[in-house]
Amino acid sequence: MTGLDLRGLTIRYARELLDSKQLSSVELTDAYLSRIEEIEGEVNSFVTVTSEVASQQAVFADRLIALGEQGILTGIPMQLKDNFCTKGVLTTCSSRMLENFVPPYDSHVTERLKSLGAVMVGKGNLDEFAMGSSTENSAIKPTRNPWDLDRVPGGSSGGPAAAVAASQCTFSLGSDTGGSIRQPASFCGVVGMKPTYGLVSRYGLIAFASSLDQIGPLTTDVTDSALVLSQIAGYDRRDSTSLNVKIPDYSKNLEKNLDGFRIGVPREYFTEGIQPDVERSIRDAISILEGLGAKVSETSLPHSSFALAVYYIIAPSEASANLSRYDGVKYGHSDRDAETMWEGLERTRQDGFGPEVKRRIMLGTYALSSGYYDAYYIKAQKVRTLIRAEFEEAFKEYDVLAMPTSPSTAFNLGDKTNDPLQMYLNDIFTIPANIAGIPGISVPGGFVDGLPVGLQFMSGALQEQKLFQAAYAYEQATDWHTQTPSL
Amino acid sequence: MANGIRITSEEVRHLSVLTRISMTDEEVEIMRDQMADILDSIAVLREIDTDGIEPTAHSVGLDSVMREDVSSDSISLEDALSNAPLIEGDFIRVRAVLE
Repeated sequence: MTGLDLRGLTIRYARELLDSKQLSSVELTDAYLSRIEEIEGEVNSFVTVTSEVASQQAVFADRLIALGEQGILTGIPMQLKDNFCTKGVLTTCSSRMLENFVPPYDSHVTERLKSLGAVMVGKGNLDEFAMGSSTENSAIKPTRNPWDLDRVPGGSSGGPAAAVAASQCTFSLGSDTGGSIRQPASFCGVVGMKPTYGLVSRYGLIAFASSLDQIGPLTTDVTDSALVLSQIAGYDRRDSTSLNVKIPDYSKNLEKNLDGFRIGVPREYFTEGIQPDVERSIRDAISILEGLGAKVSETSLPHSSFALAVYYIIAPSEASANLSRYDGVKYGHSDRDAETMWEGLERTRQDGFGPEVKRRIMLGTYALSSGYYDAYYIKAQKVRTLIRAEFEEAFKEYDVLAMPTSPSTAFNLGDKTNDPLQMYLNDIFTIPANIAGIPGISVPGGFVDGLPVGLQFMSGALQEQKLFQAAYAYEQATDWHTQTPSL
Repeated sequence: MANGIRITSEEVRHLSVLTRISMTDEEVEIMRDQMADILDSIAVLREIDTDGIEPTAHSVGLDSVMREDVSSDSISLEDALSNAPLIEGDFIRVRAVLE
């Protein structure tokens, strides 16, 4: 088959081509690898391109297809964020600390996708240890936004979002601790989804903040997002927070109308920091939802305004504990010149971690230290209870909440690198979902000056079906998701 | 900008010891100012009355999960040592812990 256009290719369409034998997985994979080679120098969405692994997996997938034993993801080229352990394949977390780390085991999702016959074309770039909102904290290289190469793709899953937007893979998996899937999806004009905490096993995901981290898909459209989640969700005994619940096929029974659907619009998510054109796009999107039959009303979630402060205590605290394992002894960067054990340890961590990672380790250590523990850590956990309770109340009244994903569109590289607080504000509308453990999705919701805007929905815990329903109906009523960058 | 939260260079140096991250004097100064700004923005939490509120450690109320004690394969010795910076025989070599 010639003249295959990869731009905007969905999993379903690729599936049709593969199942009808118009195209083999080897051919499809080669097409993606050529596309990567052609534009990767401009986008930088990959830490590692795994051409050899991909070619082998594509041959395996074609065999499954020939035997009629394929699943929905068999033979589909995808990318994994570079904080998922991949056995025998470099996994850097975009950190100097792990720049030569080759994991001896697969993460749960890596294993799952392998067994389904998916094809891994590479590992996606991220902010170091998933800490950041622009992918500029990557110690490897910054990723660029496919819609405007002078701008950031968002973060921390900037590589995955840019790779899907630039059609370098059919889908990618990211991790979301405070918005790291949804915010880059918003900046790059793709669909990014964070499931309920515990729905997807975190086994083999390099830990950042364990009570907040969750894995989810970045895709071209909502149906693909639902399809991928149905495949990767489910109980895994190796993650002690894994939920033992039945996983439906989330892509089934999605309707184009929203008759009787109750949507709340919380006023705290339309605060003064929001770019006026972004607010206008989201208000327009809400009118479209009303036109689809939804009952929309304004609501209030006053404690959401405190979620950012809660996050910047809880996430660094958990990070400071999780990252204490990097000692230069068992694996990872190791200073060999120091005279003593302590000096070696201190220099290993000085050279191995970048500024943002150090900032968070220090902040977390401060918040957990004696004298400050109650005032910071326990206080934050108590406010977390209030934020959760407020969402629970809201979801008695509403099926989903609708709001912007981020206060702005993609900003220029370098704009916020010297001001950590300004960078943190990017996640002000996404963080509350992580604090409460509820699912959220960002879908393309318009353009401002040629840059994508993200419309976000949140639902109650384990109400993913409602989330996909609202997102799907909106998507089908608009054509934002069909637009691709000219790259 | 700081309206109350103060953090001294001494405190940052102490944190540098606790976290086992060496820092130059310049790094200490930058960290001190940035941490003060961040802690200042976090101070809004003091406005909230949390008397009698239970802390939430995990968003999903899970109890401790126990599993059957069954043996299974683990990674091989070779794999386990494959990323170690320095090995000697079947061991990871470290610097002297006791002087």
